[in-house]
Amino acid sequence: MGDAEIIPIGTRGRPGRGTGTQPSSAARNLAGGARPKRKPAAPATEAPAAPEQQKPTEADAPAEVPVADLERGPVTTRERHPLRGIPTSDWLAAFQHAAREVFGENWEPQLAAFLAFLRRRVTGDYVVDEYGFDAEITERFLIAAVRPIAEKWFRVEVIGAENIPAEGGALVVSNHSGTIPVDGLVTLAAIHDHTGRHLRPLGADLVFRMPVVSALARKSGATLACNEDAERMLNGGELVGVWPEGFKGIGKPYSDRYKLQRFGRGGFVSAALRTGVPIIPLSVVGAEEIYPLVGNIPTLARLLGVPYIPITPFFPWLGPLGLVPLPSKWLLEFGEPIRTDEYEQGAADDPMLVFDVTDQVRETIQQTLYSLLMKRRSVFR
Amino acid sequence: MVSDRSGRVVLVTGVSRDLGRRFARSLAADPEVGRVIGVDVVPPRGDIGDMSFVRADIRTPVIAKVIAKEDVDTVVHMSVIATPGSAGGRSTMKELNVIGTMQLLAACQKSPRVEHLIVKSSTTVYGASSRDPAMFTEDMGPRRAPREGYAKDVAEVESYVRGFARRRPDCRVTMLRCANVIGPHVTSPITSYFRLPVIPRVLGFDARLQFLHQNDLFAVLQHAVRHPVPGTFNVAGDGILMLSQAIRRMQRPSVPMPGFAVGSLGSALRSARVADFSPEQLAFLTYGRGVDTTRMRTELGFEPAFTTEQAFADFISLLPPTGGYTDRMLAALEQQLVGPAMVGGGERG
Repeated sequence: MGDAEIIPIGTRGRPGRGTGTQPSSAARNLAGGARPKRKPAAPATEAPAAPEQQKPTEADAPAEVPVADLERGPVTTRERHPLRGIPTSDWLAAFQHAAREVFGENWEPQLAAFLAFLRRRVTGDYVVDEYGFDAEITERFLIAAVRPIAEKWFRVEVIGAENIPAEGGALVVSNHSGTIPVDGLVTLAAIHDHTGRHLRPLGADLVFRMPVVSALARKSGATLACNEDAERMLNGGELVGVWPEGFKGIGKPYSDRYKLQRFGRGGFVSAALRTGVPIIPLSVVGAEEIYPLVGNIPTLARLLGVPYIPITPFFPWLGPLGLVPLPSKWLLEFGEPIRTDEYEQGAADDPMLVFDVTDQVRETIQQTLYSLLMKRRSVFR
Repeated sequence: MVSDRSGRVVLVTGVSRDLGRRFARSLAADPEVGRVIGVDVVPPRGDIGDMSFVRADIRTPVIAKVIAKEDVDTVVHMSVIATPGSAGGRSTMKELNVIGTMQLLAACQKSPRVEHLIVKSSTTVYGASSRDPAMFTEDMGPRRAPREGYAKDVAEVESYVRGFARRRPDCRVTMLRCANVIGPHVTSPITSYFRLPVIPRVLGFDARLQFLHQNDLFAVLQHAVRHPVPGTFNVAGDGILMLSQAIRRMQRPSVPMPGFAVGSLGSALRSARVADFSPEQLAFLTYGRGVDTTRMRTELGFEPAFTTEQAFADFISLLPPTGGYTDRMLAALEQQLVGPAMVGGGERG
């Protein structure tokens, strides 16, 4: 036919014009050019070998579509046996493509490094510190998983990250809210991304009593909120995070949002006074709205030995879907460090001073919360 | 009084057990020590070197006669045992531990020659719970007082030793709280746990473990005999291993199961005499324990030769791996995909 000027761009090389039974000559030419290239690979690999099939890991699944688009020739209409599966060559091509997608052009050494990492994990050839903190897993999995949620879902905005000292011990004191302590995870990721330091959270003893949670908490650098551990970590020059409101904070009803609860017994202040590290007040706005807590089942909570069983507008009514947090807008503001090294020796044993400093920290966070709330246009923007 | 250091006479209890015998033998070879007298109910099996063995029951006043007759000036108490083992049931074990210590201390108090007492205690005295601090220092106690078993025995032994130290201020009392002793030939609840072909562990928990190599145990006891420093000291190798990490290093498969199931499996294994699984071990394998060893370095002046990691590596060097399929699969994958030239080239991390 004389339709030489019609180049089938939009059909991606498929013989697309006409009735479909007779491809155009242009299409036939294109198809003919591509076919012999794939020929040698295809027949040899009709029966996929079992180990080869397992090779492509989870990474290749999403990347398979572009491979089909870019490299594969025109679609053949030859019937394949339904049980034959995908030929190994396709698996390999997909895998290589996926590797290129994930690791870039220089994928071979990158992949080798990744496999070496996997092997190190499998053979236990890594180091944890005395609290059980596994920096590798925290950086590669925990923070990597929290980061997109924090950036894309909550659109976290960090203010005053320069108030966090670049080195040496410091105590970050934050308000606590959100029914599930998501704010702790987001703070962990935000601090790591802005300063490169790892926040070492202090957790309630319930955290270390619960299976799975306790193992994860230790791996991500948490330790028990007790004076011994807090002082040990601060003396060791770590950046320690504490949420003195505890369960009173995260389990408070939605109507009490942004009202700071009692700040424990001020144990964190005496730990800071004893070690002479600065206290950095952190105000988190946005975490209150992710799971608006409208009800509680105290009887069931007592029965299970947990502080509360939350009821939100979506949980438990929507089941697991109710666990999706609302996409509120988050603001994190780190305040001016409050110095504790100027008090004389033995200040930590003066309860009045400890209460005063506790109130000072609490007031700072409360005032910052109000000003941040003024700044935010609405809950979601 | 024996003033000449070379003429020191050391009494070692609990020499019928392997660790006690090995320690007494190495101590007898020490030129600074004149004589080593080993005491136990049953004679030790194996080479005892230059040690002279006296068959005596420390639960009876006979021990006082031995101390008086032999002019003993240093007593090393090593016979606080973790499991009944061959000794019999739990009541025998408790008697050996508690009554034995009381009799021994009474004998030491009677003899004016005894000027140095070294007690091998255990970090078990700190217990293991969810409310534990990350690292126990010597001044801390258990969060929950132990109510039974080895932990209670150790706590009682320690309180008797403290009482003795009060009554005999002229006698230097060194208490060494040792972490789990591990080594290729050590038989203890923790080593028999790790020798299981498939290792049960508590679902959802990962214990922090610290080990002390057997050579370091001998070294620290010998160090304490040579340089008497009164006080209580934690003794452990540097660093921490997580239980999951330890099991991965052994390349043995593990089965996570709920805590109560691990407990009942443990008691079943114990009654079947497969493994010496002690009840307080369950809490230890759930929550783990870490001890601070600053005082061991600064005051006692002892430096362990093996870190926790090295001690464990030495322990598993003789154990054949029963798992490790994942690693072999990954290694094969590495070979196939990136070629042999690239393997090991990854320097990430």
